[in-house]
Amino acid sequence: MSTPTGSAWVEGSGSRLAKYNLLNRISWGRFSVVAVPMLWLAVFFFIPFLVVFKISLSETAIAVPPYTALLDWNVDEAFINLKLNLGNYLFLFEDSFYIDAYLSSIKIASISTVLTLLIAFPIAYMIARSKPTTRALLLSLVILPFWTSFLLRVYAWMGFLKKNGLINEFLLGAGIIDQPLIMLQTDFAVYVGIVYTYLPFMVLPLYSALEKMDITLLEAAEDLGSRPATSFFLITVPLAMPGIIAGCMLVFIPAVGEFVIPALLGGSDTLMIGRVLWDEFFLNRDWPMASAVAVVMLIVLVLPIMFIRNSQGKEETV
Amino acid sequence: MKRRSLFLNTTATMGFIFLYAPMIALVVYSFNKSKLVTVWGGWSLKWYGELFRNDQIIDAALLSFKIAFISASVAVVLGTMAGFVLSRFRRFRGKMLLAGWISAPLVMPEVITGLSLLLLFVAMEGAFGWPSGRGTSTIIIAHVTFCMAYVAVIVQSRLSQLDETLEEAAMDLGAKPSSLFFLVTLPLIMPAVISGWLLSFTMSLDDLVIASFVSGPGNSTLPMVIFSKVRLGVSPEVNALATLMIAVVAIGVIGAMYQMRRQAKLIEKQT
Repeated sequence: MSTPTGSAWVEGSGSRLAKYNLLNRISWGRFSVVAVPMLWLAVFFFIPFLVVFKISLSETAIAVPPYTALLDWNVDEAFINLKLNLGNYLFLFEDSFYIDAYLSSIKIASISTVLTLLIAFPIAYMIARSKPTTRALLLSLVILPFWTSFLLRVYAWMGFLKKNGLINEFLLGAGIIDQPLIMLQTDFAVYVGIVYTYLPFMVLPLYSALEKMDITLLEAAEDLGSRPATSFFLITVPLAMPGIIAGCMLVFIPAVGEFVIPALLGGSDTLMIGRVLWDEFFLNRDWPMASAVAVVMLIVLVLPIMFIRNSQGKEETV
Repeated sequence: MKRRSLFLNTTATMGFIFLYAPMIALVVYSFNKSKLVTVWGGWSLKWYGELFRNDQIIDAALLSFKIAFISASVAVVLGTMAGFVLSRFRRFRGKMLLAGWISAPLVMPEVITGLSLLLLFVAMEGAFGWPSGRGTSTIIIAHVTFCMAYVAVIVQSRLSQLDETLEEAAMDLGAKPSSLFFLVTLPLIMPAVISGWLLSFTMSLDDLVIASFVSGPGNSTLPMVIFSKVRLGVSPEVNALATLMIAVVAIGVIGAMYQMRRQAKLIEKQT
């Protein structure tokens, strides 16, 4: 923070411009700047979760929409009937299919995150150590795929990995294998797809951490007799840690709920919870069950991630 | 020292090959005459012709562009407001809530966002009769909701890096809050606002999962059409479409780089 005069005089704010609003009484302009985005998020982000929770407690029915009402009331006969159905949740825990899907999502996302880190690190390191002019070029080469369609980048791998695809043709032609490898519709293809599509998310935070690193530290270590591998693990890796953590979060979070990649590259036995939810909704048309899957996913996967992110954010500001 | 840099360069180069080989293959095979994707039948522009004659793809592309344009524009306004509140307003209870809500879409799996919005729209239709059916407007609402989060993050980080003295000077000289924002703050954060718009536009154009949940019959966006085509296997028309998209993005990125380099040179000259 390079603000010359401290900001202590406005208590409890990160910005000296907080007096912006201390000076002004509540005005319509200020009120609406806060209220409009708040209202939008309340209606289209927060309330939907309450609706999902409500519907997860109802039963599926052949009707439009395809679920039963929780509340029945009839003024003439003066009754209100509240019916909560916990059956969806019980079924989630009884049928090992769903538990397997949650676990397998976590497994696939973790392994691909580690693989992405291993591939991204040399790229980020090379960019950070290259000349400033080539650096800009290399960075845009990393960012460019990110601006093209995610769906089409996943699709590109279908042509590469399939039985008579480019990789098999090449390996057969070179005489390395004599049977085409089965790669498409396997877990392997899902790993490749995740690593490929999320690689830029890992390279960029790693790069910004490595770029800040003071290279003389490595020279000092070398002068003191440290071998390159030792210096790498004792100096470079700890200094890159903020970038490593940020990059891993950016890859793991979208990967764990991924639908497109397992749907296009994975086999029918590739279990991922995002795909289970999709099938429950679009194929089985079981809206209450899909909602229950979503609620559990929210509690088991999303809330811990948000908690970790928040605690990290606080550490950074301190 | 030498050996390590050789190792580094080799692995990094392999990384770049990994990034670009599938895209290059897509581009090359889009010019393939043969329908069989692995058999090379000579150069041809046939699939581009097929692509432009395919009304389903063209209609979906136009719909997607329309949705992306409107969503990005609304998301930029709402996201800038949220980002501004988060970095320039003093702490109040609602601010913590806003901070939580605005960052949540960033970590929310798309399937959950899509499902929850769809269920909201269905419940709202049952309760107030709006939105009657689902289509373009519901997709736009859904896209604005997740794009505004990204805009807010970008604008907030730009505002926190900004030198506050300019805004203070304007305030000391008696600028009203509204003119302070539109004449001083907004021009200063314009690069962030523009990149927020571009990011929102791209994400809206690219979204398959959320749009599939909240769209109605007869409102297929481009990713939905592509997905239903490629699910069955590789399609040469989609290769042609992908090539066009890659070309547009490459031109955009190269243009932006050129612009940045020119500005950097100008600054160098001035100093």
